[in-house]
Formats: sequence, C-alpha cells, structure tokens
Amino acid sequence: MKTRRSFPVRSFAAVRWHGLGWLPRVALGVLVCSVTPVGHGAFTPSALAAPPPGAPAHAPAQNWSFNGPLGHFDLGAVQRGYAVFAGVCASCHSLTQVHFSDLGDMGLTSEQVTALAASWQVVAGRDAEGHLKHRKATPDDALPRPYADPDAARAANRGAVPPDLSRITQVYPGGPDRVYALLTGYVPAKVPASGAGTDAERHPAPTPPEAGFANPYAIGHRTAMPPPLRDNAVLYADGTQPTAQQEARDVTTFLAWISNPHADDKRRLGVGVVLYLCFLACLLVILKRRIWSHVSK
Amino acid sequence: MEAHPRLLKALEVRLPDDHCKIMPFIVKHDNTVLYGVRDAVSGRGEGERMAGTPSCQDQAYQPPTGPVSVQPVPETLAGSVAGGPAQTHTAYGFVREYMAFLLPRDLNLLWTIGAMLVAVLALMLLSGLTLALTYTPDASLAFTSVETLERRVPFGWLLRSMHMTGATFFMAALYLHVFRGLCYGSYRAPRQGLWGVGTVLLMMVMITAFAGYVLPWGQMSYWGADVAGKAVGAIPLVGNTLERVFLGGDAPGTATLHRMFVLHFTLAFAIVGMVILHVAVLHAKGSTSPSGPAGQNRARMLPFHPYFTVKDGLGVVVLAILFTLVMCLWPGLVTEVENYRPANPLHTPADIEPEWYFLPFYGMLQAVPSKFFGLLVSGGAVAILLFVPWLDRGTSATFAAGRWGGLRWLPRVALAVLVCSFVLAGLAGRHHVQGVWLLIGRLATLGYYLYFLGFLPFYSRLARKEARS
Repeated sequence: MKTRRSFPVRSFAAVRWHGLGWLPRVALGVLVCSVTPVGHGAFTPSALAAPPPGAPAHAPAQNWSFNGPLGHFDLGAVQRGYAVFAGVCASCHSLTQVHFSDLGDMGLTSEQVTALAASWQVVAGRDAEGHLKHRKATPDDALPRPYADPDAARAANRGAVPPDLSRITQVYPGGPDRVYALLTGYVPAKVPASGAGTDAERHPAPTPPEAGFANPYAIGHRTAMPPPLRDNAVLYADGTQPTAQQEARDVTTFLAWISNPHADDKRRLGVGVVLYLCFLACLLVILKRRIWSHVSK
Repeated sequence: MEAHPRLLKALEVRLPDDHCKIMPFIVKHDNTVLYGVRDAVSGRGEGERMAGTPSCQDQAYQPPTGPVSVQPVPETLAGSVAGGPAQTHTAYGFVREYMAFLLPRDLNLLWTIGAMLVAVLALMLLSGLTLALTYTPDASLAFTSVETLERRVPFGWLLRSMHMTGATFFMAALYLHVFRGLCYGSYRAPRQGLWGVGTVLLMMVMITAFAGYVLPWGQMSYWGADVAGKAVGAIPLVGNTLERVFLGGDAPGTATLHRMFVLHFTLAFAIVGMVILHVAVLHAKGSTSPSGPAGQNRARMLPFHPYFTVKDGLGVVVLAILFTLVMCLWPGLVTEVENYRPANPLHTPADIEPEWYFLPFYGMLQAVPSKFFGLLVSGGAVAILLFVPWLDRGTSATFAAGRWGGLRWLPRVALAVLVCSFVLAGLAGRHHVQGVWLLIGRLATLGYYLYFLGFLPFYSRLARKEARS
C-alpha cells in the first residue's frame, strides 16, 4: 500500500477524483486532448498530455497512513492536525458540517470532547442592544464559522472566500497530496531588484494573476491564502516537534479524516464481512455440489 | 426421459426415509421443503408422470392477486408447517407451488442475476426507508441532512453507502439481465409479456435512480436536474410547460426536491409491485434456458427448491462479496466527488455528467445535433426494447432448427457490436462528444439502433425462410 507508485499509476490516481476510475481514460486522454479546447483542458485531468499554462503542478504522492483500501487513519496525527486546524486554519476556514461531538471519533472521551467544545465560543442570540452574545460551545453545537456570510469573508480576504473544509480532501482535485503540496509549496516572495517601492506601486491596482501568493500547486500558480504554517505555530501536547512540514502533514491527515470520518469503520467492517461471506460461499459451493451431484447434464 | 435414474428414484419415492438416502439435505429442512419436492412429482409412476404432467404453459396457474397474497406468506407458512399440508389453495399452497416451480437444468450463471436483483432491491428498500427517516427534501436542508446522516446518525454512513453502492449494482445487474434476455432470445413467444413487464420495470428503475441522485442536493444533483429539465424543455409545444411541472419552477429548487423525493419513494414500491408481476408472469410462462427448446422438456427440469435456491443463494453471496469490496474498500468507484459540494446555482461545474449507468444515453443525447431529436434518440434507445418481440418475429423452435445459411456467427457478432456500441456511447457521453468522440458517439448510436432495426428483423426473416424451405 505504502510503496511509491509508478508515474502511470499516479497519473491514473490523479484522474480518479473526476469520477469513475475504471474507464480507460488516460490511454485515450492523449488522443482527446489534442482536440480539446484549452479552456476545457484546465479541468480535464490528463496528466500525460502537456498541461495548459497556469494548470496546477502535479502534487507528488505522499505516503499517507490512510492510503489504499486497507489503510487507516493515524489518530495521533489526526489529533495533532486538529490542533493545527483550531490554531491556524479556523481563523479563516469553516467546517460547517462538523459538530463537536463528531470529534470524539478521533480518539477522545466524552469529557475531553466537552472540554474541547468549551474552548470555542459560539453565538447565542443578541442582547437588548442588538449586540451578539457568545457562550461556550457544547458537544451538540456545530463548529462556528469564522465569517457570518460569504460577503464578510470576501471583505476580509481581499475578494477571496476561504473554502469550507468539511469535505476538502474529497472535492479538492488532487486530494490530500495536493492539500499537503499546497500548504508546503509556497514560493518565497521575490524581492524586486528596485526595492519595496515598486511593490507599493503595484499594490493599488494589482492585476488578477499577480494578486495573492505564488504557489505552483494553486490554479494559475497564485493563491489568495497567505502561507499559513510556520515552525512552532502550535504547541503539540504529545511532544512532537511542530515543524511546518509536520504541521502540514498532521493537518492534512485531520482534513482527510474529517472528510470521511467513518472510512476506518467501513474498512474494518468490509474486511470482516468479506471474510465471513467467503466462508459462506465455500459452504454454499459444497452444498450446491452435493444437491446437484446426481443431476446429469 | 434421459433423467438420471437416481433422480427419478428420488422424485418417485415419497417417504422421508427414502429421501434421506438420496437427498440428505432436504430432510434436514422443515416440512415445507419436503412437500415442495413431492408436489413436483405428484406421486405418479415414472412413465405416467412424463405423460400426464401438464406443461409449464397450460398448468392451471392462479396468478397472485398482487402483493396481498404474498405479504401474509410468512405467518401462514409458519402456521401451516405446524398444521400440516391440509390447505392447498392458500398462501401455503402458493409457496409450495413456487418452491416446486420447474426450471430447465442447464440455466447458467446469467440466470442467477434475477435473484441478485431481488436481493439488491430488498436492500435498497430497507436502507432507503431508514435513510428517509433523516433525509429532508428541502433545498436549504437536504445537503446538511445527508451530511448529518453520514457523520452522526448511528450507522448512517453504512446505510448511505449501501444505498449508493446498491444503485450502481442494481443498474449493472439490470443491464446484464437485459443482455441475457437479448442474448438468449428470452423475449420470444410466448414470453413477450414477460419481456414487456421487464422493460417497463427497467424504465421505472431508471427514473427512480435519476430521482434518487437529485436528492442529496450536491453540485451534480443540482446540475443533473437542470440538464434533465432543459432536455424535457426541448420537446416542442409542451416542453416549457413540462419543464416547469418537472422542476416546479424556473430552476431546480425545493419544489424539485419534493417532486423527486415523492417520485423516488412511490416508484420504489411500484417497482416492488412490478417485480411481483414479473415473477408471476415468469411462473405462468416458464423460464428460457441456454439450450432453447431442448431445455423446455419437462423431464429434464428440476424444481426450484432445492436446486435453484442453492444456486441463486450462491450467486447472491458472490454478489454480496463484490458489493462489500466496492462499498467498503473501493468506495471511490461508485461515488462522484463533485456531489460532496453543496448545490450552488451560481457556479456551473466544468463537467456535468450523469452516473455511469446513464452515460450511454447521455452520449446519444449529445451525439445528435438537435436537442429534441437527441432526446428522442436517447429515449428511444430504451423504448425500442419494448418492441423487440415484434422486431424479432422468430420463435425459439425456428431458431434452433435454422442453419442460417452459414451465418451462424452473425448473432454473436451482432450482439458484440451492440455491447460495444453501448459502451462506446457511454465513453463518448463521458467525453461530451467532443472531437473524435462526436464521430464515435454517432457511430455507436448507429450501431445500437442497427442491432434492433437492422439485424433483428433480417435475422428472424432468414430463420423463417429456412424453416419454410
């Protein structure tokens, strides 16, 4: 499961986010892409053909614990990833579909979940003057959103709305590999030769492709998200060294887990059920052969 | 006549002790089983039985009066097992008759698909009913209610993945079932009615599958409903009205969800009714077999129980293994990730495509330049199945006797062309019939229709000509 896959396999996996992977699409992709308009090609994943300019770079495959049909989530990493999410990502990104009680499945007791929820503030109506009131969250609350609505988000982020992260590793083309690559792949800002003056001149009217931060894994190689992670951005309770790489790894594991929190249950159930059914099938084969033993064809 | 002596003996003798020697498994079961087998024999001598047993067709069959006579089976069955085989025209007799139903012995694996379909349908019905307890058909709540199901309803994740995987497996098994019917001429006289009921069933299942796909209200749900609404709107004269009726407004919304939910829910039960009808007609007309008329010899038939119950049971278990593997270990094969984004009327996805089972028809829809004719062609691709018994006028007897003037390979090639066309039309639909795929899509559409409008009439005329000469 954890071996690095060859390039065709990886490119096939990259195609998978787009739908059914069993169609022999890569083989035909080369043929099609020669006639596909470039505008469409930006969304047609054909790793073998030359990508149109501005297409995100191919994220290198990472060795995730949850990769493959028999993978499982490293709950330690998931918990550390939650710390990164709560400390860093949550200031801009929401997890609208998640309730605090859901976080118990990452290996917390119900007391721990209650304590964790109490560390968040949620809106509790308005007071007599019309100001928002806040209270400590309970496990039944949904995680609060950083912005009341998309307009507020847009105003606070120079026109960009930070996406909701509830299903991000599923819906984001490239999956967890690309999330990790994006988090760690920021190109250090180039200091122009003529100093900061040119930069300040540019800012009043930034041309769209130059807005944001350079990152080869973003669409158009620019992203509105400032580099979020740095060394020691959070304090890990288990003593793990919080390097930027480690934080990116942990938060990606957390996001993959929160995108599909019951994947481990499902895999465990699947293995048991398949073993049981194989045994049942063997018994039925024997029974069928005995019942049909005297039937001549 | 060539039945194995041991089998004949087993059928002839009536005492459980004798059964014990021949078919040990039957005796271990409860009485129902034994009576089922005995009834198939009707206690007459060997020669008598052959001569006197009515054929499948003229058996005095009492069609079940819908679900009413089927539903109470378990209770009555339990009662009558204790009370003995006194009642014959009741639900107990009904079950006995079904268990003794004679089937050709050379049925191959493709004939177990019917049992698989029943099993998946039962699973869909049960999981669907449970999902409906949480689901809310409202544009602002539907997506969240599905997320609630997946995240925090106890075993909601299991129910939903069963229902999603079930849809794919049901459609796949259904296509194989139709393929088997075309392959072995299951639609020929006297089974046109069986085929007709089955085709209507196919259409109902497709509508149900589409309606169900809209319900989660993700991006693909929304834009799928949008595309379907526009396709309906392409019908001349009544199109716009129909589109508004279908969507309940100008664009998909809460009204659409209500429509789809009611459609999905009611059609599910209508499908159960149609399946009961399908099985009832099958029991009246008897089953086809790979060997054609040779398999219809009653002396070479076997009762449904225990022979085919164990075979179908094995088929269902093998399907369940595949089902579990896909559902639990490779769920990516049946999920469309774009549908995990909530519906957004302001953002059209770059690639709107239906589930895989509609792709061939989607390809045909796009391969035709005119919207309305595209709709006709893709709708006709399903509707033409209804007319297959009249396009192919041959009977199984003429087919078995015919020599095809050296064209014996033709049916196989034609069927292969049909299957390839179907798959290629699906691939073309997936690629939005752009570039080369436009040509491929058109050729595939042509190939698909050629089988029904060209090959079938030609082939049956050839067969009849040979039969006359």
